[in-house]
Amino acid sequence: MSSPVVAAHGAPKGFIRRYIFSLDHKVIGIQYYFLAVFSVFLGMALSVLMRFHLVYPDAKVSLFEKLWPTGAPGGIMTPELYLSLMTMHGTIMVFFVLTTAPQSGFGNYFLPIQIGAEDMAFPVLNMLSFWTTFLALVVMVAAFFVPGGAPLSGWTAYPPLSAVGQLSGPGEGLGQTFWIISIAIFCGASLMGAINFIATTIDLRARGLSLMRMPLTCWSWLVTAILGLLGFAVLLAAGVLLLLDRLAGTSFFLPAGLLVNDQILNHKGGSPLLWQHLFWFFGHPEVYIAILPGMGVASQLLSTFSRKPIFGYRAMVYAILGIGFLGFFVWGHHMFMSGMNPYSAFAFSVLTMSIGVPSAIKTFNWIGTLWGGRIRFTTAMLFALGFVSLFVTGGISGIFLGQPALDLYFHDTYFVVGHFHMIMGVAAIFGMFAGTFYWFPKVTGRFMNETLGKIHFYLTFLGVYAIFTPMHYLGISGNPRRYADFTNFDFLGKLLPIHTFMTHAAFFTAAVQLIFVFNLFWSIKKGKPAPMNPWDATTLEWTVPSPPPHDNFAGKHPVVNHGPYEYSVPGAARDFIMQSDPA
Amino acid sequence: MADAEAIAVQSVWRGGEHPYSIGSKKLGMWLFIISDALTFSALLMAYTYVRLSTPDWPKPFIFNPSIIFSTIMTVCLLSSSLTMVMAVHSMNHGNRGATVKWILATMVFGLGFVGLHLTEWLKLIYTEHVTIFSNEWGVPLFGGTFFALTGLHMTHVIIGVIYLGIIAFAVGRGKFKYEDVEVSGLYWHFVDLVWMFIFPLVYLMSARI
Repeated sequence: MSSPVVAAHGAPKGFIRRYIFSLDHKVIGIQYYFLAVFSVFLGMALSVLMRFHLVYPDAKVSLFEKLWPTGAPGGIMTPELYLSLMTMHGTIMVFFVLTTAPQSGFGNYFLPIQIGAEDMAFPVLNMLSFWTTFLALVVMVAAFFVPGGAPLSGWTAYPPLSAVGQLSGPGEGLGQTFWIISIAIFCGASLMGAINFIATTIDLRARGLSLMRMPLTCWSWLVTAILGLLGFAVLLAAGVLLLLDRLAGTSFFLPAGLLVNDQILNHKGGSPLLWQHLFWFFGHPEVYIAILPGMGVASQLLSTFSRKPIFGYRAMVYAILGIGFLGFFVWGHHMFMSGMNPYSAFAFSVLTMSIGVPSAIKTFNWIGTLWGGRIRFTTAMLFALGFVSLFVTGGISGIFLGQPALDLYFHDTYFVVGHFHMIMGVAAIFGMFAGTFYWFPKVTGRFMNETLGKIHFYLTFLGVYAIFTPMHYLGISGNPRRYADFTNFDFLGKLLPIHTFMTHAAFFTAAVQLIFVFNLFWSIKKGKPAPMNPWDATTLEWTVPSPPPHDNFAGKHPVVNHGPYEYSVPGAARDFIMQSDPA
Repeated sequence: MADAEAIAVQSVWRGGEHPYSIGSKKLGMWLFIISDALTFSALLMAYTYVRLSTPDWPKPFIFNPSIIFSTIMTVCLLSSSLTMVMAVHSMNHGNRGATVKWILATMVFGLGFVGLHLTEWLKLIYTEHVTIFSNEWGVPLFGGTFFALTGLHMTHVIIGVIYLGIIAFAVGRGKFKYEDVEVSGLYWHFVDLVWMFIFPLVYLMSARI
């Protein structure tokens, strides 16, 4: 019998090596998770402030003035401050929540256990990867506190705005520079994480765990890591060029004769479109980085709680691979309005529509899994069902936006905001909620409170639909995005009540999240004790104690004899067969 | 347990193996190389993009001395790849002394490349007044792309020299295995390979004939 590939590192001694600079993938996973929890509440607070300003643009709030003396003189938020809140909301949510928690948080904790390994392939790299991410977050948040404040250019940082410096507005000085440096650091962290995830999945699988026996969570983490490996490399190059434009006076993204605040800039020869190409070559795969791990969790949970094998396991695997592959050839659909040749737009549109095929395969397979199952409506299952609902809702509006003819109309309206919040933001966060409720018993040995969990689910589900569904109507009515104030436009006057409704829905939904926070921390100490396999699930993490010991399997090497979703097998003693059960 | 093992043996995956006999470290380096290749590709694409959209891109590199000089740099870097192959070969035969010598030779060639490259940079900056943001031909992006591409590559060479220094030091003291030397070789050859794209695209295509 062959020996394990990686030499185990001994159990750590001392508080610092055990909980801060830990090499244990489980501790690192928890560190990532709480980094994301901090970020998601910061990002949510920013969005609440934005929604407040949109409906009450003239309100005097002394807190604003205390927080941002120049951004809110007299307590009234300036449009520039609104834009900087929007930029930081988007950036923090996309990079430090959607990229961090589903992949690096849950993936770090459960990928090695689900494949029967003692740790990741490169534990030191894993630790470095977390602390580099942490550094990136510190630099990003620091952008709020530099002179001029946070940048204004959105999470996409389009030049010329992002490239010309202080001249184009407060926050475009040091703030934007910090933003780019933070993103560049984050690219490095993602690279380290991606290498680790891929090498771990390829090399460290337990005996008998062939690729086609891997849980779909592992498949989605693997493909997400590949996307990160390729995508962030290009963002890094783009970031370096943007930094050179700002600090070294180059003109990669700046054309000649640019007039900014009555000054003609001394740049020549570049093109803002170049940034869009480089950025979206990363940016489109990035949305799959955010959503694929959620799909993996949803697949896992729908099968477990329906007590049925996942419908079409191989089709699910090929769909994940197909989505990942096609994701690199559709970046142009973000640029239909950039003066693109209509033939190119047509090609990008056809490729974009083709992603609908693997996405539909996944959706119908989820429904097929539920069909005729004995469904257990736990909170985790409810969030998985919510994920499917949001994914379908957000996906269908994507079909509209992928058509160049329709996108001409929808571009830069609230329709787009509604679309990507549904599919990339809220759906992915529902995946995270589902994962939290599902794996909490394994991580802590206790259940989260189901009653609170269900209240939280139903209120959140209603709340997010109340916030984001009206955005589609606003978009169809021509309401532009990224405006700080809608009260001065005649043509938007009749839409203001919808904005008021959405803002109140946002307040409500944000408040509801406190239930989750309470549940999370309360359950760590006071939750009902959970057995080793509380959900009657089949994968390897349910064969080890809760919480798992330092090397996961206490020196033993698990042997896998079964596929990941053998539920309700005819003739079996129980309604599930675990992967490590004897054949 | 016996039954379980019998079944596991039937499965394609036996565990504790490296597919295609590629160790984890080597796989990790290959993955890094793939990622880094995309970073360089993005820069080369950016260079192509701005060059194609500029009607009168300067071609300042005269055959003598510019192209000859950069050819010497290229030969220097290619020789370092050869010595690196010899280092990996020696390590494979367990000859640590020879390995250290060949790695040192690789580092000398690498440093030679950096020295020549910096000489060329200084000449461009001080004699021909090409900087990263301006030049006398009215196409500021010539300097921008030139210094960005060659600068990023030179950074890789310098990091490579330091990396090889660490490897040589450890190998000399009896630490590290064959795989570690081979992995450092992979990195070094990759950096050379990048230059094989930069040399024709940045130098030869801007040669004044």
